[in-house]
Amino acid sequence: MSLGQVALVATLALPAAGAVAAASVPARLDRVGRLAGTGAAALTLVASLLLLTGGTPPGSRATPIRPWHSIDVPWASGLDLRFHLGVDGVSYPLVVLTALLTLLCCGYTVWKVPEPGRGRVLVALLLAIQIGIVGVFESLDLVLFFVFFEIVLLPMYAVIAIWGGERRRPAARKFVLYTLFGSVLLLVGVFVVVAKAGSADIQGLTGHALPPATQKLAFTLFALAFAVKSPLWPLHTWLPDAHTEAPTVGSVILAGVLLKMGTYGLLRIGVGVTPEGARWASPVVGVLAVAAIIIGGLVCLAQTELKRLIAYSSVGHMGFVVLGIATLTATGAQAALIGNVAHGVITGLLFFLAGAIKDRAHTGRLIDLGGLRETAPGLAGLLGYAAIASLGLPGLAGFWGEAFAVVGSLRRGGPLWTVLAVVAAAGAALAAAYFLRLLRQVTHGSPTPAVARLAPPRLAGAELLSWGPLVVLALVLGLVPAAVLSLSADAARALAAVGGVK
Amino acid sequence: MTTWAALLPTMPFLAALAGLILPRAPRRVAAGLGVGAAAVAFVVSIGLAFAVDGPAESSRRWVDFGDVSVTLGVRFDPTVALVTVAVTTVALAVQIYSVAYLADDDRYGPYAAQVSLFTAAMLLVVVAGDLIELLVGWEVMGICSYLLIGHDRRLPEAPGAAVKAFLVTRVGDVGFLLGIALIGVHLGTFRITEVLASVHRLSPAMLTAVTLLLLAGVAGKSAQFPLHTWLPDAMAGPTPISALIHAATMVAAGVYVVARLFPLFGPAHATREVLAVSAAVTMLIGALAACAQQDIKRVLAWSTVSQLGYMSGALSVGAPPAALFHLLTHAAFKALLFLAAGAVIHAVGTNTMAAMGGLRRGMPVTFWTMTVGLAALVGFPPFAGFWSKDEIISVAWAGSGWAALLVWASAVVTVAVTGWYATRLWLRTFFGAPRGPAAEHPHEPPWLMRGPLIVLAVPSALLGFAGLVSGFAHRLGFGSSVHIEAAGLSVALICLLAGIGGAWFAWQRAPDADPARVLGPARVVLAEGFYLDKVQDTLVVRPVRALARAVRRTDESIVDGAVEATGRGTRSLGAVLSSLHRAALPRAATAVLAAAVLFGLVAALLLGGTR
Repeated sequence: MSLGQVALVATLALPAAGAVAAASVPARLDRVGRLAGTGAAALTLVASLLLLTGGTPPGSRATPIRPWHSIDVPWASGLDLRFHLGVDGVSYPLVVLTALLTLLCCGYTVWKVPEPGRGRVLVALLLAIQIGIVGVFESLDLVLFFVFFEIVLLPMYAVIAIWGGERRRPAARKFVLYTLFGSVLLLVGVFVVVAKAGSADIQGLTGHALPPATQKLAFTLFALAFAVKSPLWPLHTWLPDAHTEAPTVGSVILAGVLLKMGTYGLLRIGVGVTPEGARWASPVVGVLAVAAIIIGGLVCLAQTELKRLIAYSSVGHMGFVVLGIATLTATGAQAALIGNVAHGVITGLLFFLAGAIKDRAHTGRLIDLGGLRETAPGLAGLLGYAAIASLGLPGLAGFWGEAFAVVGSLRRGGPLWTVLAVVAAAGAALAAAYFLRLLRQVTHGSPTPAVARLAPPRLAGAELLSWGPLVVLALVLGLVPAAVLSLSADAARALAAVGGVK
Repeated sequence: MTTWAALLPTMPFLAALAGLILPRAPRRVAAGLGVGAAAVAFVVSIGLAFAVDGPAESSRRWVDFGDVSVTLGVRFDPTVALVTVAVTTVALAVQIYSVAYLADDDRYGPYAAQVSLFTAAMLLVVVAGDLIELLVGWEVMGICSYLLIGHDRRLPEAPGAAVKAFLVTRVGDVGFLLGIALIGVHLGTFRITEVLASVHRLSPAMLTAVTLLLLAGVAGKSAQFPLHTWLPDAMAGPTPISALIHAATMVAAGVYVVARLFPLFGPAHATREVLAVSAAVTMLIGALAACAQQDIKRVLAWSTVSQLGYMSGALSVGAPPAALFHLLTHAAFKALLFLAAGAVIHAVGTNTMAAMGGLRRGMPVTFWTMTVGLAALVGFPPFAGFWSKDEIISVAWAGSGWAALLVWASAVVTVAVTGWYATRLWLRTFFGAPRGPAAEHPHEPPWLMRGPLIVLAVPSALLGFAGLVSGFAHRLGFGSSVHIEAAGLSVALICLLAGIGGAWFAWQRAPDADPARVLGPARVVLAEGFYLDKVQDTLVVRPVRALARAVRRTDESIVDGAVEATGRGTRSLGAVLSSLHRAALPRAATAVLAAAVLFGLVAALLLGGTR
């Protein structure tokens, strides 16, 4: 086995080992359990970074997916199931992002355990979620992809249902039932493809011409399943409840990387395996994506709760990502990839900050918040930074995905896509409107009673440590977007060639 | 050459980064960073202005999106050099002035860093070699204006004004982004040099669409009607920020970008006609609104709107050099006017002219420098504004078509109105008897504030003569040195004297009363800026808010309502079924038997069928 293959297995095995270690520690050693889990998360991040080194040099152009490292072993030979993992430019940034956010969340939990305690179990669940998400990004087998897709559900359910806010149980139930509904469709889609093609190998299926009717059916099923996960309007309503009730680390993982399973699946499986279906349905997907941008923005403009507002802003941002994918152009695919990563970084940071504000002020109602810059200038400054990054200011990470989704849409051409580009661009102005409204309400003016009593006003070292990487990344990705996009350029071009509009 | 030019935005950017990372740094360090970076940029820009002798460009790939690539580069030529000198001069003056003006502000550190970032963003716009790169500076400038306008915590209107400044410009920027995106899609490049070289590959309709979209962004940034409404409210920012926004950055960016991309705008006649109408309206309503303001800064703010109208008027008749010439002289005298107004406010403790009067004796330096600034503003010969404004009036006169005539007529009338409001400001502030307790014992500001006034008074007085030097005129893009045309000149001068005389006579009759009383019922309309804020509020802000509330309700009650109803329906269906399963023994036995019979029948039929 090469170093890359070892690293590939390690990105799944290390979190598994960490989860077991953390969960099996007795209750009186809770902190030790959390530290052990965090250590495993740190090693996973190292392993994920190692994936970059010594990859297979891009050689033959035989298949559109050319993983840098891959591992392919029989799993259940009777059923012709294979344990086929690989990583390429499309999945690599997301694998690293997942590893990073999991580490930051575990580290944050070492410092602060939400009610009702038992932090080591929370860390173990976070690591279990990580296995599922990283597995989804690394799977090169449809059935394996589905299995990993499902692994995420129950740990996330537990995180919301145990450590969540007041209405945590209904929110967790809604989350799990809604996304389970999506998973059923995904499973049917997988069956349709496997039954027709006789193979579940994503690498082989990409560019493999399935009959058009099968493709249309399969793409519809895939698109619905991934639309629930992304989420795409109008299948998004599990998200605001889940986010509002989830503990801080749950929200960060949920928004930061869990949603990306949907957009990644849409690109890798929807466009890759069923390109004809994608071409056929792309106008509908594009229209829904732009509807998500506008509707998400408008709801944010009338929103009264801090975490709900950020949750709805995710609906808008993921709308840009889906629009990029729906254009079926290399430009749009690249925009979607950097949009995914930027949203993970920025919205992860926003949820950390929203959690910190809610923990300190004991309320998330915007009307009860105000004058934060007077009592906690550091927190207010970071919130301002994250909001500005999230509204897509050029020079920060959020800009590239949104601006080039618009460019990709214009590149696709024709009246429909031109209109979609114009409306999406107007959505960017809407994003500025609701984020500035948020800042005006929360940071400016004189402190409200809740903010005046805010304690502690200073930021703890652990907070700075867990937010710092996101703050830096939001700027670095804004200045050096090629850090992500040069890795994925070939893969995106190949996928767009399969999608085949231009 | 280009390496040095790249240093221009980089130095202030690094200073800003350091300042923002260390918000608790001692005051001295923050001031050192801000002033130091501006000083370095100033020295470099002066050096480059002397060294530059032709266009120089360097460019490297920034990032690829599929087959569209974005470059990161610097383009430097003699015109760019002059604009960078103006930007760095004003930025340096503002940084130095702010050290004293914000002497007792505990958030001076972030403030100075944001001013540095603002300067860096404007310099990036000026030297950018790529449209996406330009967009970065363009929008960062917007967010800096937002941060700085909202700086003052004592003003309840500041946060609202800050949000308005960013949002109005951002609405224009929707068009700007789309224009740039269309260029990238149709020409395959964002690099400015390549774009300008391949304008002919755009169809006339596409060219019109692209330029109109770009124009939306320009109108937002450069406060052109109907997107000018943010600028007067932006006065809520500290006075040095007003000087920065109104003189050399932000509002200048829009005019500069049109001049820079003029090969695109030149052939787009329809776009230039739209620009001409907007410019004619902007210069006149700006000047008229300035006549009725009570707040000394608001008078200056509206005068900026009006002067920007002159610049875009020059662009609309196809004379970018004249626009840039006025941009430079305006940068000098408007920065001077705002900083002098800041000195007045510093001494009197209020913005309203009703509480001033008679200040010339207590603060002679402020008086004389402000007099120079106002003389330059109205275009009194031989002060700077005279030359540049006269140049615009004469190119508009020489232009052909109704649009040029419209710009000319509006420009000439505006000269008279400008003379009127500037004279009113001058008399109300510095002459007559003091009208407030604070105005009785005014004092000159500290030297850190006085110095920039004196320094800026020099170009305000003399920069116009530079137009006569052919080297300077060539650098701006003029064919020959600026010439004076007797016929046009006399019309403008007569208008100017009429305006000044009108204000003087109105004041003479009752030196304690406001000359604006002669406006009669029009006074309220002008003071409210023709109620355009209200129009904007009724037509845009409120409908969007109402729509947002309606969409939120729909999303919660219908979209989510359907989901919740499905859940509830499933549960009640389950409840019904489970209650059926809790039947008593006789009914359960009947049901089992019935089912057995049913299955038996089905099996018999099916098996019978296959046999």
